[in-house]
Amino acid sequence: MASKVLTGYRRENGTVGIRNHVIILAVDDLSNAAVEGIAALVPGTLAIPHSYGRLQFGEDLELTFRTLIGTGTNPNVAAAVVVGIEPTWTDRVADGIAAAKKPVARLSIERNGDLNTIAEGARMAAKLLQDASEIQRSVVERSEVMMSIKCGESDTTSGLGSCPTTSQAVDRTVLAGGTVLFGETTELTGGEHLIANRCIDDEVRGKFMGFFDDYLKTVEAAGVDLMGSQPTQGNIRGGLSTIEEKAMGNIAKTGTVPVVDALEPAVAPTKQGLNFMDTSSAAAECITLMAAAGAVIHLFPTGQGNVIGNPIEPVIKITANPVTAKTMAEHIDLDVSGLIRREYSLAEAGDRIMELVDRTINGRLTAAESIGHKEFVITKLYRSA
Amino acid sequence: MSDELAFLAHRKDDSVAVAVRDVEAGLGRLAFLNSDETLTLEAKEAIPLGHKVALEDIAEGSDIIEYGEVVGHSIAAIQAGSLVHVHNIRSNRWQVKS
Repeated sequence: MASKVLTGYRRENGTVGIRNHVIILAVDDLSNAAVEGIAALVPGTLAIPHSYGRLQFGEDLELTFRTLIGTGTNPNVAAAVVVGIEPTWTDRVADGIAAAKKPVARLSIERNGDLNTIAEGARMAAKLLQDASEIQRSVVERSEVMMSIKCGESDTTSGLGSCPTTSQAVDRTVLAGGTVLFGETTELTGGEHLIANRCIDDEVRGKFMGFFDDYLKTVEAAGVDLMGSQPTQGNIRGGLSTIEEKAMGNIAKTGTVPVVDALEPAVAPTKQGLNFMDTSSAAAECITLMAAAGAVIHLFPTGQGNVIGNPIEPVIKITANPVTAKTMAEHIDLDVSGLIRREYSLAEAGDRIMELVDRTINGRLTAAESIGHKEFVITKLYRSA
Repeated sequence: MSDELAFLAHRKDDSVAVAVRDVEAGLGRLAFLNSDETLTLEAKEAIPLGHKVALEDIAEGSDIIEYGEVVGHSIAAIQAGSLVHVHNIRSNRWQVKS
């Protein structure tokens, strides 16, 4: 396995990326038009608009800042142009990205207007894009390429095929010295004891169970019935009947290695190995948080066919559902439906996913990248002021 | 009976298996992820791809075992070979509120 040469982009702060994006990042919803205007004038840059960033406060605001700074800091990003409506929060985000030794330009719209901001921002973006184009790939180790995993539109084939295949990649990556993130707190319901048992010590176990209990309390405090929401209507159509059954499939993708830490959302891991992160199970929110924590390649097992992508983190789709593989081929990177027909072994499926991981690290576009899926969604903890 | 595999279960002692293709009523081959053994199971009704079939007679109020773990309970008696889904099983964790 170690014989394959992997290449990536070594960043000044020592992290390793597999893409080389120049992003135009909105601090708030009001700046989306300017961000998209800049990216339209400088093809090759990547606009990241989103829906929040105004009148947030407390822990919710901190998470938004952490998500935006983490996105700019992600090793797949070569440089960032940060645009906000006013200078103070714009500086907060831009300074956070600059602290990771990343080239950053910043603009605020007040006393300037969208059109001047776009013109000035486009000049900055063009310069950063030219500079980024000279950054060369160099040889990197598997242990330096941070992976994240999350499944979606799951069905029973996920637990039998695409999740166990992902598990192979998790174990092989961690055994090679790498770091992998998993999350989806509510989707562990019914199998949380299995994750708790895999936590490396009582401190990590306590943190994990704290996140789990809090999330369930939030759901119950809202007084709502998650039946029909968890499992989703798509899950039920695919044959999943209960949250516990869905959780078992979800956990089937996490490998067999110990859980070395339990992290707040969008916090970069400090321990090598498999890390739990407290996240929503909604695909775009979850992957946005994992990318903000520094993950550069995502494995996404799907049953009924989730089409999710991310602007900065390539998302590899794996399915064991033969109907999905056939009817949604443009979304699927790896078809392992032969596994549920027992046509080949799980180890062989593991070889196939690792080959695809290696090719994706080395530059091959994922299905989601090729057709332009760039879902970026900030997790909102509560309503704004 | 078709030679193509019809059902795959996670564990030999699970109470359900998953249809790996659209299966008609009648005899079908059944395999297990944790065993090389193959058995024959009679489906009492059509089981669509991805949906579950009961591997044994299940009394009302019994635990449903999949992956070797409890994944819910039956709300009706379920005959071996019948479809197992939201019409006859429920979560033990998140209940339907009435």
